[in-house]
Amino acid sequence: MGAAARFILRRKGGPGGRGWHWTDIVTWVWLIGGLVIMFGPAVWLTFSSFKTPAALNEFPPSILPYVTSQATVEGYDKPLQLYDAKMPDGSTRVLAEVRRIGIMAQMVDPKAPGEIIRVNINDRTPVRSVSFATENYTEPFVHFDFLRYLWNSVFVTVVATLITLIVNSMAAFALSKYEFRGRNLAMLIILATLMVPLSVIMVPLYSIISTLGMFNSLWGVILPTVATPTGVFILRQYMLTIPDELIDAARMDKASEWQIYWRIVLPLTAPALAVLAIFSVVWRWNDFLWPLIVLSRRELYTLQVGLSIYSGELNVQWHFILAMTVVTMIPVVLVFIFLQRFITTGIAGTGLK
Amino acid sequence: MTKTAFSSLLMAPVNALMRIVDAPLRRLQKATGISGMAAFFLAPNMLIFGIFVLLPLVINFVYSMTGGTAFFLSERSFVGGEQYARLFSCVDYLDPMSCQEDAFWTAVGNTFWFVLLQVSLMILASLVTALILNRDLVARSFWRAVFFFPVLLSPVVVGLIWKWILQRQGLLNYILYQFGAEPYSWLTDRTWTFAATIGVSIWAHMGLYTLILLAGLQAIPKDLYEAAEMDGTRPARVFWRITLPLLAPNLLVVVVLALIKAVQVFDEVYVLTGGGPGTSTLYLTQYIYETGFASALRNPGLAAAASILMGLVLVVLTLLQLGVGRRSENKGKR
Repeated sequence: MGAAARFILRRKGGPGGRGWHWTDIVTWVWLIGGLVIMFGPAVWLTFSSFKTPAALNEFPPSILPYVTSQATVEGYDKPLQLYDAKMPDGSTRVLAEVRRIGIMAQMVDPKAPGEIIRVNINDRTPVRSVSFATENYTEPFVHFDFLRYLWNSVFVTVVATLITLIVNSMAAFALSKYEFRGRNLAMLIILATLMVPLSVIMVPLYSIISTLGMFNSLWGVILPTVATPTGVFILRQYMLTIPDELIDAARMDKASEWQIYWRIVLPLTAPALAVLAIFSVVWRWNDFLWPLIVLSRRELYTLQVGLSIYSGELNVQWHFILAMTVVTMIPVVLVFIFLQRFITTGIAGTGLK
Repeated sequence: MTKTAFSSLLMAPVNALMRIVDAPLRRLQKATGISGMAAFFLAPNMLIFGIFVLLPLVINFVYSMTGGTAFFLSERSFVGGEQYARLFSCVDYLDPMSCQEDAFWTAVGNTFWFVLLQVSLMILASLVTALILNRDLVARSFWRAVFFFPVLLSPVVVGLIWKWILQRQGLLNYILYQFGAEPYSWLTDRTWTFAATIGVSIWAHMGLYTLILLAGLQAIPKDLYEAAEMDGTRPARVFWRITLPLLAPNLLVVVVLALIKAVQVFDEVYVLTGGGPGTSTLYLTQYIYETGFASALRNPGLAAAASILMGLVLVVLTLLQLGVGRRSENKGKR
């Protein structure tokens, strides 16, 4: 531990070096604080998602999910709560509570249920053990059509990303490898769409989707989002670096334009396509406002819409909501762990998101 | 099975499809020539842009000049500038409650303060983080990733995470309880809820701006710093005379980008507070959404008029960004 800390905290200046400056202290306070603040909330949510409803209502809350132990005792129908009770002689016994009257609890020894022992409620603490309430994760599949939402989200994400890649790469190919009249106009139009976020056009867009019969359809969620200006720009910038000689050579060999696009340009654009694919998956998985408008039937909800609707209900079943939130987080966390550096270089390179 | 064999198996049907597509496309190419093919490649993207972006943009103006609750244009009656007049009919422009559409002006006021505070605090936090990440750090990419993590989370997840932390039995109250404070319902207090929306959206987005600023910092030539060190320049002077001026173009881009995003704030706030308590966190996008779709007295024309006003602000900001971006690009070339 000490060695690890020394390794992480060592200055690149070399061993010993110039010693600690106040800016080093600020740096490490900021970084460690950042680590706690950025990851802490998500970790806290994940721990909470394994708690039973009773444990969720506790204050002060515990970090790990605890459940109070219960035992079935001979002569009693319902399982009884187990407590560590302090006896008058100073010893501690595990007792089951039968009932509580005022500040006195009537308890029995599970092994010898005949005798009732009266204990002051301040002298007993519940027996608790760490237990993960995995039913929070399994029950929403039954209660909330959770599998349906999961499927809808996956469908929207995958289909929208595929269409985005094809449509945007075709446009980028045309804009980078052909000279034609109206090319600048096309570029300008695409640039202009950067200025038109959904929040500005949602009313008329809704009427267009309805007219096309795509209201309450996953296609109504997918289609308006697939022609991303960002995607066209990323791909076009990349295709501009592909030498035109390659294309001229292919034309000499009687390759059709479609073959040039499909067999030469697209494979060479693979790195940029990968970046766009990652972006698109995160965008579409996280989409909220537009699906909220288009989808009004429960069986069509995506995870994000389902989550927000259920969390807004009067009687919020937090134990389910938390578990569903964790599941919704999983793909994005996977992207973060394995593909984060593609995204960060993509953003740092283009300044777009 | 080797990786290439697997991928070629996967690609076989796709390649077959592409070969089938190729035959008619060759005929198209023969008929229209290469410039026709350019149009062909551009067409799907432009078609989608046309139907789902440009057409709505045009229709939006028509919507804003019609009345009624119907969504189909043919069923709506022309009212001219009535919707705009309604938005702007106020006794006193500084008091939202004196306006006919008090919710709109409340949303405008809330959004104004949100944008001002969120953007300035977030850029400050991002700048400090970027400066720290730009130092000689072990595992810099790890620390960069730490601050980037929330950027990837969905707004709904962000909203729920913080709703869970800020609730009465939540983590925040627990931490304060350790210092002897009584539990407090943060999200029922107007001021605290407003502050929470600012804090949460900074938490969720600062990683993106940190990243762009860090890229800008790393593009500053190292020899400038070496020269300054040789001259024995004080660190504060180095910051004001070298770092900040050279980072200024990036900083401007980041500020405008953050402004554009902040004006449209909706998702995470909607999940976190639903615009409440009362109207204390009702922002413009939520006003448009509720006026257009969600409320019982829905009025698409009014929502369209409000969205056009918001669009104007965004157009100004975007043009500013393009102008700033071009200028910084030219600077880079020199």
